[in-house]
Amino acid sequence: MTAFLVVLVIVLFGVALWQLGKIFELSKSNTTDSSEQIANDKDNDINGWLMLMFVVFIYVLSIVCFYKWSKVFLPDAASEHGVDIDQLWLISMVLIFVVGIITQWLLHYFAFKYRGRKDQRATFYADNDKLEFIWTIIPVIVLAALILYGLFTWTDIMNVDPDEDPMVVELYAYQFDWRARYSGDDNVLGEANVRLIEGSNTLGVDVADPNAQDDKVVSELHLPLGRKVLFKMRSQDVLHSAYMPHFRAQMNCVPGMVTQFAFTPTITTEEMRLNDEMVAKVKDINSIRREKSKALEAKGDEALEPYEFDYLLLCNKICGNNHYNMQMKIIVETEAEFNAWLAEQGSVAETLNK
Amino acid sequence: MSAHAHDTAADQHDDHGHHHKETFVTKYIFSQDHKMISKQYLITGLFMGIIGIAMSLIFRMQLAWPDKQFPIYEALLGKWGADGIMDPSVYLALVTIHGTIMVFFVLTAGLSGTFSNLLIPLQIGARDMASGFLNMISYWMFFLSSVIMVLSLFVEAGPASAGWTIYPPLSALPQAIPGSGAGMTLWLVSMAIFIASSLLGSLNYIVTVINLRTKGMSMTRLPLTIWAFFVTAIIGVVSFPVLLSAALMLIMDRGFGTSFFLSDIYIAGEVLHHQGGSPVLYEHLFWFLGHPEVYIVLLPALGITSEVIATNARKPIFGYRAMVVSILAIAFLSTIVWGHHMFISGMNPFLGSVFTFTTLLIAIPSAVKAFNYITTLWKGNLQLNPAMLFSIGLVSTFITGGLTGIILGDSALDINVHDTYFVVAHFHLVMGISALYGFFAGVYHWFPKMFEGKMMNKNLGYVHFWVTAIGAYGVFFPMHFIGMAGLPRRYYTNTAFPYFDDLADVNIIITLFAFFTAAGQLVFLYNFIHSMFYGKKGPKNPWDSNTLEWTAEVKHIHGNWDGPIPEVHRWAYDYSKLNKDESDYVVAGQDYTPQTLPLQDNEEEMHH
Repeated sequence: MTAFLVVLVIVLFGVALWQLGKIFELSKSNTTDSSEQIANDKDNDINGWLMLMFVVFIYVLSIVCFYKWSKVFLPDAASEHGVDIDQLWLISMVLIFVVGIITQWLLHYFAFKYRGRKDQRATFYADNDKLEFIWTIIPVIVLAALILYGLFTWTDIMNVDPDEDPMVVELYAYQFDWRARYSGDDNVLGEANVRLIEGSNTLGVDVADPNAQDDKVVSELHLPLGRKVLFKMRSQDVLHSAYMPHFRAQMNCVPGMVTQFAFTPTITTEEMRLNDEMVAKVKDINSIRREKSKALEAKGDEALEPYEFDYLLLCNKICGNNHYNMQMKIIVETEAEFNAWLAEQGSVAETLNK
Repeated sequence: MSAHAHDTAADQHDDHGHHHKETFVTKYIFSQDHKMISKQYLITGLFMGIIGIAMSLIFRMQLAWPDKQFPIYEALLGKWGADGIMDPSVYLALVTIHGTIMVFFVLTAGLSGTFSNLLIPLQIGARDMASGFLNMISYWMFFLSSVIMVLSLFVEAGPASAGWTIYPPLSALPQAIPGSGAGMTLWLVSMAIFIASSLLGSLNYIVTVINLRTKGMSMTRLPLTIWAFFVTAIIGVVSFPVLLSAALMLIMDRGFGTSFFLSDIYIAGEVLHHQGGSPVLYEHLFWFLGHPEVYIVLLPALGITSEVIATNARKPIFGYRAMVVSILAIAFLSTIVWGHHMFISGMNPFLGSVFTFTTLLIAIPSAVKAFNYITTLWKGNLQLNPAMLFSIGLVSTFITGGLTGIILGDSALDINVHDTYFVVAHFHLVMGISALYGFFAGVYHWFPKMFEGKMMNKNLGYVHFWVTAIGAYGVFFPMHFIGMAGLPRRYYTNTAFPYFDDLADVNIIITLFAFFTAAGQLVFLYNFIHSMFYGKKGPKNPWDSNTLEWTAEVKHIHGNWDGPIPEVHRWAYDYSKLNKDESDYVVAGQDYTPQTLPLQDNEEEMHH
């Protein structure tokens, strides 16, 4: 692949140089006509044709990109609301592609078709109220539909219904890692503030708060399948953003306030690993890693371990030098597995109030 | 209007005549002549543009080949590129300063500063700006802010590196990132001066357009360039002061212990005393400018495009009134959509709904503009000069980039692509590339006006356009795909963990296209500098244009017109207008009807 690209670059560079040389020759014509640098019929003709080729180039580029890289897209949404987002995404995408394909064609085709000629007369056409009304009202209707659809989806996602009894989990961000705090049996998080950070109490939990006693602080996020989780987010130092792309979830973590986001996981980690798209993606990544390992082994270093898919919580708001590597593993599992795992974790009462 | 404008025009004319003796300093350095100030803006903007684009190439190399060593890093970045390995902090600094320079110094000052200064007096028929002195001050403050911004690159701990949006607390605390020390202080000082410069400039543009139009130049006869510059200046006056307030508060939080934006912070092993502030407040203030800023960048480009497309299509711009209304609608809406940058900032979700609504509304005037451009091409007689190609290119990228805006403006969809490369691709196409195309269109079109009749080489212009057009799509179209893969922006490397390993080849392609595009800009630079000195002189009105600037003297004189200021009798777009019996154009054998030509007996009045 790299070799191919290098060749491509060299070829393109060569073509560019050759073209430049040609242009220089052309530009050294010895006429003294003052309109020399104004487009003549020949220029209009060449550039008109190039316009037509350019719109084809845009189409080909789109097709090639989709053919080669649609495999890198995120897999099916692993959360309940994610399905709605994907649906809205698809509708919007189809819409903008249809509009894009048509308008780009008209633009470039007109640029080609009406390229200037000496004997050609342009049509004096300054206004048409009917036409303008049509292309004002059509976007109005289409956008009104999109806005309504989008707003219903947004409201559904952001308004958390307390009747659903979501499990409350705190996501705690700091330079450059994440912690999660489960609220325990009472499903209420104990009070916390960075001013209370001391020793092993790295989240600043108020150890005197009765609600805090059964809270559990962990460094790996486990979520039960099919249970709504309400994340309460805090940050210790600067802005971070809790980005969970596979769940179509994101919310900033803001120092001085608590933000929230809720979703219901619908696909376990195990199931996602068996998802066709994911299998193909992981296979792809592993073949890249094998290539890299060969180079490493040749230098006498250790080979890379094979990659296995895991959900990720990424930081998606610039937060400092190690922003690029601030992530936490998320594991979605069945209720029973989750309960078993949670039971093993030590509570605040056990770890801090000894 | 007219009575008043007529008086001023006459006054100006009376003033004219007694020239001051010009020295080198008053002519080339502390000039108060709008044409010279415009060139100063242009050259400074180009210089900053070279820095900004060079930075993007360096960090694109890092993104494409994160595990390779490039000695050029050490040569250019010094201690931050030791052994050819780029330091993460300098990566962040590069993206930060690239953004700052391109948005403010190139596309705000370089584009609007250059063409507002050049075209406002020339196209409305004025001797100069309302205040030549303020205009000069405005440029020199811009120059000073540029110098400070460039100097900040050489600070011990590195320049500002909290992203061009400099969200606190990251930008407020040197403990959080080294660039938030002296580098950030210089950034803030530079921007404060820049804002002052921009305000002086904008006020001058507004006053000039309102007061100094020549006789007959009613608002509805203004070329769309002037409408765009005028409205841009108004948005600037409305929104830049808000950024100044944000910058001042940030300076106080950093230096004087206030807590406007900071609260409950534990960093580097200690709790800070700050309490009660909110970074979300900063985000509101920043984007109250930040979003109108997009249109401050884009509207002048659209104005230039309107003028260039109409002239080169040899047709009136389609729907002049709709274009003016769209400009006004975009300007108004642009000030009430800022929250779409903050859907997931933690602000109330209801606000998100409101901002989704206003944001998608802005698509309507934008769509009208795009359709009107396309219709202007229809049945034209297109003179495909380089400026025309760039204008058509602008419409193309404006459509492509604008359409993805429908996705990002929808709060529900924004959740998952916010701050990913999808956003980067979107805004580069719709404001970066589009505005640059407008800038290039303007340079090619008005080069003869700036450099006393000299013209740029068209063949080099064609090479420049086609390389740029292919390269720009090559860079930013694939970028949507890595965004849809969930890749966050501002990551120093995407290979720290394996999940994004399969995006490496897309990143390489993007970088190769970036280098290809940048090479095309060298052609432009050569053409620009060469033509400045050795360009062939063209005719007085090379593009057969209707507007007033082409009636002004080719040689630059103070006051623009040697005789009286011309009077205007019609709008700027009577291209290919036929006489009553449709046997020939209004002026026989000439497919344009200059604004200075009175209504002829043989033509129909169009109420313009």
